Amino acid sequence: MSTLDSKIPAGPIESKWTNHKFNLKLVNPANKRKYDIIVVGTGLAGASAAASLGELGYNVKAFSFHDSPRRAHSIAAQGGINAAKNYQNDGDSIFRLFYDTVKGGDFRAREANVYRLAEVSNNIIDQCVAQGVPFAREYGGLLDNRSFGGAQVSRTFYARGQTGQQLLLGAYSALSRQIHAGTVKMYSRREMLDLVVIDGLARGIVVRNLITGEIEKYSAHAVVLATGGYSNVFFLSTNAMNSNATAIWRAHKRGAFFANPCYTQIHPTCLPVHGDNQSKLTLMSESLRNDGRVWVSKIKGDTRKAKDIPETDRDYYLERKYPSFGNLTPRDIASRNAKEVCDEGRGVNGGHGVFLDFSDAINRLGQKAIEEKYGNLFEIYETITGENPYQVPMKIYPAPHYTMGGLWVDYNLMSSVNGLFVLGEANFSDHGANRLGASALMQGLADGYFVIPYTLGNYLATNKFSSVSVDQDEFKKDEQGVNDLVKRLLSIKGKRTVDDFHKTLGRIMWNKVGMARNEKGLKEAISEIKELREEFWKDVNVVGSDKDLNQTLERAGRVADYLELGELMASDALHRNESCGGHFREEYQTEEGEAKRDDENYRYAAAWEFQEAGKWDLHKEQLEFEYVKLSQRSYK
Amino acid sequence: MSGTNLNLKLKVWRQASPKSVGAFVDYQVSVSPDSSFLEMLDEINNNLEKNNQDPIVFESDCREGICGTCGLVINGQPHGPIPRIATCQLHMRNFKDGETIYVEPFRATAFPVIKDLAVDRSAFDKIIQAGGYISVNTGGVPDANEIPISKEIAAEAFDSAACIGCGACVAACKNSSAMLFVGAKVSQFALLPQGQPEREKRVEAMIAKMDELGFGACSNTYACEAECPKGISVKNIARLNREFVKAKLKSQNVEA
Repeated sequence: MSTLDSKIPAGPIESKWTNHKFNLKLVNPANKRKYDIIVVGTGLAGASAAASLGELGYNVKAFSFHDSPRRAHSIAAQGGINAAKNYQNDGDSIFRLFYDTVKGGDFRAREANVYRLAEVSNNIIDQCVAQGVPFAREYGGLLDNRSFGGAQVSRTFYARGQTGQQLLLGAYSALSRQIHAGTVKMYSRREMLDLVVIDGLARGIVVRNLITGEIEKYSAHAVVLATGGYSNVFFLSTNAMNSNATAIWRAHKRGAFFANPCYTQIHPTCLPVHGDNQSKLTLMSESLRNDGRVWVSKIKGDTRKAKDIPETDRDYYLERKYPSFGNLTPRDIASRNAKEVCDEGRGVNGGHGVFLDFSDAINRLGQKAIEEKYGNLFEIYETITGENPYQVPMKIYPAPHYTMGGLWVDYNLMSSVNGLFVLGEANFSDHGANRLGASALMQGLADGYFVIPYTLGNYLATNKFSSVSVDQDEFKKDEQGVNDLVKRLLSIKGKRTVDDFHKTLGRIMWNKVGMARNEKGLKEAISEIKELREEFWKDVNVVGSDKDLNQTLERAGRVADYLELGELMASDALHRNESCGGHFREEYQTEEGEAKRDDENYRYAAAWEFQEAGKWDLHKEQLEFEYVKLSQRSYK
Repeated sequence: MSGTNLNLKLKVWRQASPKSVGAFVDYQVSVSPDSSFLEMLDEINNNLEKNNQDPIVFESDCREGICGTCGLVINGQPHGPIPRIATCQLHMRNFKDGETIYVEPFRATAFPVIKDLAVDRSAFDKIIQAGGYISVNTGGVPDANEIPISKEIAAEAFDSAACIGCGACVAACKNSSAMLFVGAKVSQFALLPQGQPEREKRVEAMIAKMDELGFGACSNTYACEAECPKGISVKNIARLNREFVKAKLKSQNVEA
């Protein structure tokens, strides 16, 4: 077990980033084009990074498995993006955003990173407005804000219920401009299947061309991964169908430590499962909790319709238990409470669902006001369920949504592999054990627009690079490895489909590594996943060939990785004998049923080093809290 | 929610590669009315795989109607019979028991078929790359509130910006015109103060690229607006025409 160097700059927290930027070495403008940078993923983090690096003059190669960079799942983020502008004069500040984020993350994030995130949040809004992102405005022409969970100020900027779409299209337009300028070459429909490490430095990637099936190799001076999170390990999640962990997992197997894999966010406001053939879960923006009231019946197994349940029989449990935050408690708390009332049998029709009711807000503000704020979300709801939420309360239930864990990175966003940088949801850096609403977009763009352009330059300026070619042995060996894996998947010809394995894994993860975990369940999960993994390699049936577009083959590779990652998530959850944020161990709770941390023994980020499937070494990064005092989170 | 299963006959377009000849293949399914259209295809594919047959290739990602990846022509209509939704948001409760459903790819010269129901829409990216942006580098921009924009203008720009780039407008048009797609992007920036400096250059560059890529002309049938999952209005095409004429009047480029 070794300690990790997070490379946090010295000095007071307000000046760390400013001083650090000054101390970073620069690359001469004329030399920038001599450096090749690979960026994998073109969501908010990847597109903003590729565009910004291209603008600086680097020679960027951007990769996406999508047909177009505009499809990345950042596009589905609905609610908004936080920034400490204090435009509302309600007491916000960089320090308050920093404070709320550290506290919201239940004291398991790195203070210095979070402060920097809060600091650059304001630049992001300026940047996006300059790009033509049509944020919501007030009548006077200035920007509008709304509130989100875990905060008592209005700091969330939004573009109706499609903020992620508008921000991504902003980053996509900046990227498109650089593609036109020739500083970025876009490789779409390519899936990264391996990282090439030469002399200890990340120097390239191996990808599969998803149209031709060809295995291709690309070299660079540095590799940036911005490939998103791993919620799809649960099979059913709010992530897009193709969101996957393969790029970060293959990098993990090449030496990048995986930090806090058990920190997963279960989002409280999603549509309940409708049946066995369901392919994914749909999120309803958390912003709905601004005006919607969450309730269930006080009576177990109550099958009355919502309108027939009188006020006296209703339990507005969040308002009752958390009077000061009410329906706007952080996500982990809202989710766990929904599970609790449903486990008691008080869910809608005694099942898995709670009401999210807008009737009070409609009576108070009028239907038009509600329509203006949430119109498209209400439409989405009606399209899927066939019910009109202006007339009957929505039914919601928690679903896997975001993964705070990810590849370990230092303050410069570099992983434990030199020259491999990780941005956005793919890294572990800023959200601790729970992410606050509207902070994912903020982090993705902070990393891409305002952090990596500085820290990557320093890496390039301070390292000597031998010249590499994709024809040299290290590349060929990794290419062979990828080819072998593809051939092996196609040759098993077993009886069970890829989806069948994925669903089985998802059920294990949801039941035993989901919203509430305990020692017994986690141990069972580990052995069940091991068994399932063995069975997969004996009995999976991957049809088709490797010579053209084969979506089954794509999914098979991803599921093979989930079968390893799932075990690491369970092992991490088992090792962490405390509850914090989204990681709730039933053995460790306060008398009131809240997450009970053990700061003495677990105040660290757990970074796992891969040995072989099922075998990892633990490295710890001790977390210091100098500015936000460690305390039991209270939203009461 | 929920009800008895629907029994349906599907006629699905299968085509092995861009150059090969395609044909409809029949599938018989029994599906829950709460299932989505794409979940029904998932189930067909799962059964095909169990029988060692190649599944139907179709694309989708977010399944929430926002990423623009999915797009099928269902019974002759891009994104199916229900207005203002993407294919992934179409649920089977909108079909009747015993119905026959035709499923085809988006068809346009500029969108060649890759395999089965998947088409190549990279032409849209090329149009954006030609000029669908505001040329600002990262950093060095004014404070966000230094550019006041009226609520109405912001809302109108948003309506145009809501385009998801799915290509239904092209698939719906008998001329395979991309005018609604281009008009939406040109409008967004023409409405906003940030878009003014490049207003004329942008529209010229995007139209030139659109023509070069083989998209057809607009003949005002409004089929694009009718099939657009986001309800992008044909007013965007009117604005595009005005912007283009204004730009051409001032243009330095002497073109036919």
